[in-house]
Amino acid sequence: MKIKKVILLCPFVYLISSYQAHSQETPRTSWGDPLLQGYWTNTTVVPLERPIELGYQEFYTREEALEILATDVVEQETEFGTVADVHYQLDDYGLSREQTDVVLNLRTSILTVPRNGRLPKLTASAIARSDELDKINAEHGFDSAQSRPYAERCIMWRHEGPPLLPIGYNSNLQIQQTPEFVVIITEMIHDARVIPMRTSAPESAKIPRWQGSSWAHWEGDTLVIETTGFSGRLNAWGTKAEMSTSAKVVERLRRNSEDTIDYEFMVEDPTIWEAPWGGSYPMLATTPPLFEYACHEGNYGLENNLRGARAEEVK
Amino acid sequence: MRRKIVRYFFWQKFCFLIQSASVVRLIILLIPFFASSFSSAQLPRTPEGNPDLNGVWQSLNEANWNLEAHIASQGPTETLGAIGAVPPGLGVVVGGIIPYLPNMLEQRELNHNQRRTEDTEAKCFMPGVPRANYLPHPFQILQADGDLMIIYQFAGAVRSIYMSDQIDAPVESWMGWSNGHWEGDTLVVEVTGLNANWLDRSGNFASEFVKVTERYTLIDSDHINYEAKIEDPSVFTNPWTIAMPLYRRIDPQVQLLDFKCVEFAEELMYGDLKKVTSKIKE
Repeated sequence: MKIKKVILLCPFVYLISSYQAHSQETPRTSWGDPLLQGYWTNTTVVPLERPIELGYQEFYTREEALEILATDVVEQETEFGTVADVHYQLDDYGLSREQTDVVLNLRTSILTVPRNGRLPKLTASAIARSDELDKINAEHGFDSAQSRPYAERCIMWRHEGPPLLPIGYNSNLQIQQTPEFVVIITEMIHDARVIPMRTSAPESAKIPRWQGSSWAHWEGDTLVIETTGFSGRLNAWGTKAEMSTSAKVVERLRRNSEDTIDYEFMVEDPTIWEAPWGGSYPMLATTPPLFEYACHEGNYGLENNLRGARAEEVK
Repeated sequence: MRRKIVRYFFWQKFCFLIQSASVVRLIILLIPFFASSFSSAQLPRTPEGNPDLNGVWQSLNEANWNLEAHIASQGPTETLGAIGAVPPGLGVVVGGIIPYLPNMLEQRELNHNQRRTEDTEAKCFMPGVPRANYLPHPFQILQADGDLMIIYQFAGAVRSIYMSDQIDAPVESWMGWSNGHWEGDTLVVEVTGLNANWLDRSGNFASEFVKVTERYTLIDSDHINYEAKIEDPSVFTNPWTIAMPLYRRIDPQVQLLDFKCVEFAEELMYGDLKKVTSKIKE
């Protein structure tokens, strides 16, 4: 079992320590760039969207956050024989948040823009498209492998981004650096974004790609990654409607200490949301290696879902 | 008459294998000659002084169709016509023949007969090592501080090559566990912890007990001499080696693109589970 490592990040202390780390001891590559290379986790109990009742409250107190952490990282016992009891026993596989590194972030939501910490209103066309897909899914959702969600088919998981967002387990990533490239690999499902260091879009931006085409440059000690050229096939966050090919994501990564990277992002897609949105969270250094997540190779779930659907039809 | 034809094809194949084995040996013998014409001092090097392998690379041969020498033949899907045909190849096996244990040849034959549906490439499974290096797709080597990384366009496969803090493979995986070191100007990578996997489209295979020792030798700025020794006593009578050049992709703006092939394998793998008169979401 892994040792649980919880970093307590009071916003004030965090700012002070990041300033000191930056001015005195930012780890650097052999060619002088801030060192991002390594193994990181963004496992957290902070939700993407802020609970509505918290309004504009951006932070919990340290005591409140500790209490939420103590409650949320513990696997809840389920009652034997109930539907709720049919689930992965995550701690059998080291996947429970009790068994992994967790960053204590005092924020009440990952989203910081808009100020209410909630995804902006959807456009009318996005709502219509989402409704259309809901109807198709209700009628044909189990017709074939191609009818199932991309995540279930092991094609693309939404948290892989960009932007990178935490997921319930295996929320780990690896960063590799050379002077010419930064590579970001998410453990699930082993997709590598090979990001050239340049100031304009690479050639691939003219063709749609699942994770878009990214390019990056340094602004001081902050790595700024821009991404366009999305596939137009992946569901946007908070809706079934697909994020458009004209969407744009900007990510900012800054090494704040020996153990943390501060990650910020902004997302724009006027076809889906009425305003841009974005957020931030700290990533925490974690123990290597990143294990191979062979999603498709072991995808018994998809086959069993289809078999179940066919069996259901002949009843 | 039929016996004569069979005898003819037998001798044709025999002579072809002998010739091709000689060609592979000749290539191996000549590589140091060509390498020596490009001085070691002229090789691109990292600040640490090692040969700089950074870049996008690809093999250019027929090894993925069959590691051994082979004539052109009908491919596994005849409905594709000549598009799906097997191109001829001189083979990349040093010595020409893969030394299977006698009972393992039956498995290769079985694989060959089921290659349209059972080849792990057809199913878009991660290709393992060394096959990832001779698939008809580019791959990118990243080399700077610390460990190296190789990213493959096919199926988004990726592997770290651990240059320090080396441990035994902690668990089996499709791309295995790679520990690397430099022997002079050659990057030597020992790969263990591989799942059983196919080595080519013709049915050659290795078990989960395989150990692959790769040697990457930069012979000039745009070519790597690649060798892989394959040891698997459960399948082969003795270790054997493949050798081939890897070519730098010098196309302007070359970069890896998406080949997330799962969606291209779904009809093959799950087509029989489709509802009749299905309406596909997309």
